[in-house]
Amino acid sequence: MTIEWPVLSVLIWLPIAGGVAVLLVGERRAELARWVGLAAALATFIASLPLFGAFDRGTAEMQFQELAPWIPTFDLNYHLGVDGLSLPLILLTTFISVLVIMGAWGAIQQRVAQYLAAFLILEGLMVGVFCALDAFLFYVFFEAMLIPMFLIIGVWGGPNRVYATIKFFLYTFLGSVFMLVALIYLYLKADSAAILDLHALPLSLTEQLWIFVAFLLAFAVKIPMFPVHTWLPDAHVEAPTGGSVVLAAIMLKIGGYGFVRFSLPITPDASLSLDWLLITLSLIAVVYVGLVALVQQDMKKLIAYSSISHMGFVTLGIFIAFAILARGEGSSGAVLGVEGAMVQMLSHGFVSAALFFCVGVMYDRIHSREIADYGGVVNTMPWFATFMVLFAMANCGLPGTSGFVGEFMVILASFQANFWYAVLAGLTLILGAAYSLWLVKRVIFGEIGNKKVERLEDLNFREAVTLGSLAVAVLGFGIWPEPLVELMHVSVDNLLTHVAQSKIQVQL
Amino acid sequence: MQNQYLAIALAPLFGAIVAGLFGRQIGRAGAHWLTIAAVTVSTVLSLDVMRRFLFEGLEVHNETVYTWLVSGGVRFEVGFLVDKLTALMMCVVTFVSLMVHIYTIGYMKDDPGYQRFFAYISLFTFAMLMLVMANNFMQLFFGWEAVGVVSYLLIGFWYKKPTAIFANMKAFLVNRVGDFGFLLGIAAVLMTFNSLDYAEVFAAAPALSNETIELFDGKPWNLMTVTCILLFIGAMGKSAQAPLHVWLPDSMEGPTPISALIHAATMVTAGIFMVARMSPLFELTETALSVVLVIGALTAFFMGLIGLVQNDIKRVVAYSTLSQLGYMTAALGASAYSAAVFHLMTHAFFKALLFLGAGSVIIALHHKQDMQEMGGLRKYMPITYITGVVGTLALIGFPGFSGFYSKDAIISAVGHIDRAGTGLAEVLLIAGVFVTALYSFRLLYLTFHGKPRMDEETRSHVHESPWVVTLPLVLLAIPSIGIAWFTTEPLLFGDFWGDAIYVAPGNDPLSHLREIWHGPAAFALHGFVTLPVWLALGGTALATYVYLFNPALAATASKALAPLRVVLEKKYGFDELYQFLFAGGSRGMGKLFWRGGDQTVIDGLLVNGSARTVGWLAGVVRKIQTGRLYGYAFAMIIGLIGLLGLMVYRGQA
Repeated sequence: MTIEWPVLSVLIWLPIAGGVAVLLVGERRAELARWVGLAAALATFIASLPLFGAFDRGTAEMQFQELAPWIPTFDLNYHLGVDGLSLPLILLTTFISVLVIMGAWGAIQQRVAQYLAAFLILEGLMVGVFCALDAFLFYVFFEAMLIPMFLIIGVWGGPNRVYATIKFFLYTFLGSVFMLVALIYLYLKADSAAILDLHALPLSLTEQLWIFVAFLLAFAVKIPMFPVHTWLPDAHVEAPTGGSVVLAAIMLKIGGYGFVRFSLPITPDASLSLDWLLITLSLIAVVYVGLVALVQQDMKKLIAYSSISHMGFVTLGIFIAFAILARGEGSSGAVLGVEGAMVQMLSHGFVSAALFFCVGVMYDRIHSREIADYGGVVNTMPWFATFMVLFAMANCGLPGTSGFVGEFMVILASFQANFWYAVLAGLTLILGAAYSLWLVKRVIFGEIGNKKVERLEDLNFREAVTLGSLAVAVLGFGIWPEPLVELMHVSVDNLLTHVAQSKIQVQL
Repeated sequence: MQNQYLAIALAPLFGAIVAGLFGRQIGRAGAHWLTIAAVTVSTVLSLDVMRRFLFEGLEVHNETVYTWLVSGGVRFEVGFLVDKLTALMMCVVTFVSLMVHIYTIGYMKDDPGYQRFFAYISLFTFAMLMLVMANNFMQLFFGWEAVGVVSYLLIGFWYKKPTAIFANMKAFLVNRVGDFGFLLGIAAVLMTFNSLDYAEVFAAAPALSNETIELFDGKPWNLMTVTCILLFIGAMGKSAQAPLHVWLPDSMEGPTPISALIHAATMVTAGIFMVARMSPLFELTETALSVVLVIGALTAFFMGLIGLVQNDIKRVVAYSTLSQLGYMTAALGASAYSAAVFHLMTHAFFKALLFLGAGSVIIALHHKQDMQEMGGLRKYMPITYITGVVGTLALIGFPGFSGFYSKDAIISAVGHIDRAGTGLAEVLLIAGVFVTALYSFRLLYLTFHGKPRMDEETRSHVHESPWVVTLPLVLLAIPSIGIAWFTTEPLLFGDFWGDAIYVAPGNDPLSHLREIWHGPAAFALHGFVTLPVWLALGGTALATYVYLFNPALAATASKALAPLRVVLEKKYGFDELYQFLFAGGSRGMGKLFWRGGDQTVIDGLLVNGSARTVGWLAGVVRKIQTGRLYGYAFAMIIGLIGLLGLMVYRGQA
């Protein structure tokens, strides 16, 4: 089955056009701007749905490709396409974006049109990142994406927003500069900027190591990995709710996507020889950051640290694949690890979005993120409490929720790499439950904490729809993950076949 | 049959969803009628399954419902395995659940969370059924954690009560420690067998019994031993075996019906069920079985001792539950899986009965649970009293009552197997019988006998509980007395189990018992010439003397044995130790990593340090240019071009 229209371009440019339209509507007609923004986001989401049906699950080829000259002088092309690694992330992006636009309805009263436009443009750019097949097109989207997020935190953020934005910007920008250098080098060497050509490019181990490290700096900051993770809690704390949601649910995934799209296939030998480093950093993220999350007083910081810890499973799942392949006992466990990493990204997209929305719901009412300012919220907001407990449970990987699937797969796989990896990774069962449930205990349960909590009103219709649709996603994906995971099978198999072959050419 | 099994599992889920989401619309009566109807459906259909197994020669059912996930060539499926072990568990779970549902109408009569409570206990029933009906490890783990989360919700049901919301978190976290081991065990199974399907794993297990794994370099361990011990850690969490037992006594903060359903009859026995289900794996490793045996025996004796000094009526029953779970675990360790499951069944009836009886007392006293303020209740609450006596006699293993048969089988089995740790285990289990009788009758006497010690206001209002409470008591008392009379023979000596439980040739600890078995009545009579029964009678006699005839002696004894009493009242100090070591330790480490690692080293030294360096550089640059950010960007571009040049140069070279 094919789609007759250039679906990927539509998914990139429709929200961007929507963003421009919202700006044209202007600040004076805020209500209209909201409706236009919602219409654009919804239309994009609906336009993305045919991808799910039309996607051919039987091939690892790029699908729905579009190719047009972009900068012919340098042979750079506007080349788009998706495979099983990027498609689920695109669907995640268009889904979450609708919720973010809806979430802004009550929370944002200043510069509404600009706020919505920033998110819509950001949505288009993020879709662009996931479907770009030209390395420099990817880079342009990758960097351009920073600008709206920079504005979102810098303009609509909290009191310490300037520090947070500069930290966020410098970290991510510094990281990606090295990626640019690597891309230029590869471009010169391969005489092509097509990502698929770079995959096939033979490279010596030294070259691979340099390029791997350059990519690592970009993607490790983005995802983020220990020890370059400290920008994330600051950014989350200052960002408005929508900013936090997009940051956690989608932007972090670009780091994970980068590993599977660039690092692994372009530098497989370097990935193999440095897998110990990545595994170590991932396990530190799971344990160290999990412990740090435990002692946070600020709800957003707690969820931010929890995100870092969960992202540790993504990098762990990806890089244990090498340790498993190296044992020479087949690729079954490696597939499980990489698919587990992908699933973890999607699930975290739902769960972290939901948790940040939950904090947003409370923040809109009491204007505090401090855990100590709450207590006994269930007494006044029973429906909200139900959702919050559900999402907290999903966050600690309860079976039946999406949070379980990825962690389960990665832990099962890591046992096949090394018993002790599995032990350390498995500690998340305890740590994740500890920080999630302790949060719930202090915020949700107990006697009514103070006068403000006493006056709380339960969810309104819009909030209920937002949290309700995330709950459906979290439970649906937990009860039956196969339809979504099925999309990735062939691409992951292909990726692992590819990385199992050395790119080092025997020098004569 | 697939549809019947689906109906059994899903009916309570349906009830839970409707009562939970639309509780306000359907009202209190609507909620209890709907959930009771749903659980009745499950109960009737489960009994029908058992009937078909017994009288129609029903085949073992093992079918997939749907494929949950395929990855790396491994199919993770959701499906049902229904053999006689499952069928027995289904009957126990649904029957006790039904009793508890009915009882709840009375117990939670005035509670504002009425509908929510019914939703939770129905949801629990669904989760527990998924656990016992699973045909694979993934679904087992789903049910395993799902019952845990409902237990969490129910212990914290009264969410305003600080002790309750502490206890539920503690319960969940301690269970997670067990689940951590359990999940690693499942990972080991997947690595070894490349499948999580019971049938495939069990079929392949014997051939792989000598595989090894190097946990430390150069030290190979038997893989099956490692796997089984990891799986057993899960059982230790769920079935509250020392040292992961600490959550169960605290779980008594929840409403009494769930103490009966979850924390006595069903969920806590999940670990026992699981090990019995995994008998084809455990039978391959003597080492793991010895561990199971010793842990069980230690729990049985030492947790029973704590029951002697508790004054909260529910906590006495809770420690008794720990101790009885220890008996079941010890039976597993002695390869007497059938005896373990048999005791699981009889215990489910008499312990649910004792809890619900305690609940009946608690209702009568307006939610007071301290036995020191009870006494003399037998006049006011005859049905509760008589059923309480029945439960107590079953618990102490009085000949003829159901508990006698199952407990005697366990003790006999441990005495007739040759395995590391059996000597110690046998002594502990036999001594435990004395302790059991002592705390059981202490409870009975303090509650129902002697002079009323409650205040006059309370005493004048004490009366027997309504029929919705007493009916389940009576219905549970019947199997507490008689179930063993017609089940002992098929369960322990017949071929009831078929292939559901595997005992390796040469490991048949029940063979001795089989030889002396001449029917239940003869066996009960024979009991009077065995040591355990006399110890039980001794414990009863001592309790009778101390608490009925010479109450002053109790005080004297407690003074004389003060050091022991303190140790027991402190519960051997596990709580304090864990609080200090794990709760305090992890918070301390978290603070250290956060303040020290993230804020001081990473942000302070590395980030802001390099920011200062860049700032200093920018300061230099500012002499030429103006503007700070511009300076950063400029520095970056310079650096970028430099690097680029270097790389291009090197690439060409």
